Amino acid sequence: MKVWKFGNDVDTDAIIPGRFLTINDPDELAEHAFEGVRPEFASGVQKGDVVVAGRNFGCGSSREHAPLALLGAGVHIVIARSFARIFYRNAINTGLLPLVCGEADEIEDGNGIEVDTAKGVARSGEKEYVLEPVPSFLQEIVRAGGLVEYAKNLKELPLCTGLE
Amino acid sequence: MGATIVEKIFSSRCRKPVSAGDVVMAPIDRAMIHDITGPLAIEKFREMGGTKVFNPEKIVTLFDHQIPADSIRAAENQVMMRKFAAEQEIFHYDLFEGVCHQVMMEEGMAEPGELVVGADSHTCMYGATGAFATGIGSTDMGFVLKYGALYFRIPDSIRLEVEGRFPYRVGPKDLILSIVGDVGADGATYEALEFTGPTIEAMDMAGRMTCCNMAIEMGAKTGIVPPDATSWEYLQERKEVKPFDLASDPNAHYAEFRHYEVDSLDPQVAMPHNVDNVVPVGDIEGTAIDQVFIGSCTNGRYEDMAAAAEVLGGDAFSRNVRVIVIPASRREYLKTLRAGVIERFVEAGALVEAPCCGPCMGGAFGLLAPGEVSLSTSNRNFRGRQGSAGAEVYLCSPQTAAASAMYGIIIDPREV
Ligand code: SF4
Repeated sequence: MKVWKFGNDVDTDAIIPGRFLTINDPDELAEHAFEGVRPEFASGVQKGDVVVAGRNFGCGSSREHAPLALLGAGVHIVIARSFARIFYRNAINTGLLPLVCGEADEIEDGNGIEVDTAKGVARSGEKEYVLEPVPSFLQEIVRAGGLVEYAKNLKELPLCTGLE
Repeated sequence: MGATIVEKIFSSRCRKPVSAGDVVMAPIDRAMIHDITGPLAIEKFREMGGTKVFNPEKIVTLFDHQIPADSIRAAENQVMMRKFAAEQEIFHYDLFEGVCHQVMMEEGMAEPGELVVGADSHTCMYGATGAFATGIGSTDMGFVLKYGALYFRIPDSIRLEVEGRFPYRVGPKDLILSIVGDVGADGATYEALEFTGPTIEAMDMAGRMTCCNMAIEMGAKTGIVPPDATSWEYLQERKEVKPFDLASDPNAHYAEFRHYEVDSLDPQVAMPHNVDNVVPVGDIEGTAIDQVFIGSCTNGRYEDMAAAAEVLGGDAFSRNVRVIVIPASRREYLKTLRAGVIERFVEAGALVEAPCCGPCMGGAFGLLAPGEVSLSTSNRNFRGRQGSAGAEVYLCSPQTAAASAMYGIIIDPREV
């Protein structure tokens, strides 16, 4: 499990460029993940690797192809100082876990990393990093493994009653 | 404590008082999908066990990103969506009307007080009429197609007050670029931006759309302009609606206030590769450009075309620049055509294409090679957005685009 480190404002065009959006299959999308900005990613990424970034990860377009490309590449966790709103929701919905970490900037590229989601910590380069929990109203969806599974098990639509 | 316009819209939709921070499952008034995000949304709808959409009359499907189909795959996706629309009895606009957001506005698909979602981030544009409109992903959209509802965390609002009169050849795009530069790419994440003040009140719908369109470039959930005579009139030209009052209470709670003056605003340009990397045009004057794009949901309306044509006058575009002009919709195209503006662009050496997203997203045509520089009236200049990751995209107003296209370098439109 290794760290693929990125900077601030990683936009969804960087994660998966517009010309590949006719592809809907995660594995095929993964072949083009970060193609323009980090060409070695697609061939080097291993199952279980973690993407780590600075502020505003996933800004820009609403394309769900972005979290799908990461999932197809075997990345199931993204740790960032903060996330753009639509990407964050898309990630939760598709089963990619977006975790906020105030010290994400300190995590180094290429280092090994272990994420303990139950304890809410990540260990990398001899240090332990605290991860913020996903907001409670989204946890049910995370537990279900995404919005599709959540919806399948929905007995009744909790219209305007709030999810908490 | 009073309520913001956003809190009022959610309260009315939920039929109970709710406020910022509350999480609600709210009913949706309208939902839009297009050729890029639609296929996945339909797939998710089906995976969720969906067979019949919640209400075909509340769903809009159309094609605008890769039209006419530029690959066999795009064509296949479009066939799939056409079939879906037919089987669900959804009125399908196909590729005949134009860019999704412009079509939604001109078809009156976003009314004041409505809750509208689109599987596209610039859905926030419909706040120009006083709707709460926001972009969502395909899985969320699958859920909406099935249930006609979606969970929301009601956002806090930032109140932007704009005063003053625009100087010569400076307009709404320059204003919103300067605001993005000031607020930053994530300065409004999870929040709503409420545009107010005399400058906004005096602004036409085209300008308000330009401003709301770019709310997402600050991370905002939506941009919104409280409805007034201008917005009601715009809607009444399209459908039967009865105006009602909808505005924030004077004692509403805001996360932040920001004040802007436009009296001495210079034309603004966003430099590569971030939308908030904004400088006055004077700072980068002389930068050589290879391609100019005038169009997109941000600046593809008649008003934008006319503003560009006014700068162009009777002159020609530089032979060193490829000028691509794309009106945002069929209606805007016709209006621009009938005003003689299209003819002028063609005479001046531009390529005028039929309404679509064009080079904005780098999906279909007009892609850039490594090392090339584009100046664009669209809303994003991310690395690789319009083609090669080795290309550069600058964003500006239609006036700055036209002036620069005449000289082959970025130039202040007031000097032309
Ligand atoms: S014109 Fe550009 S920003 Fe607008 S909907 Fe099309 S691709 Fe998106």
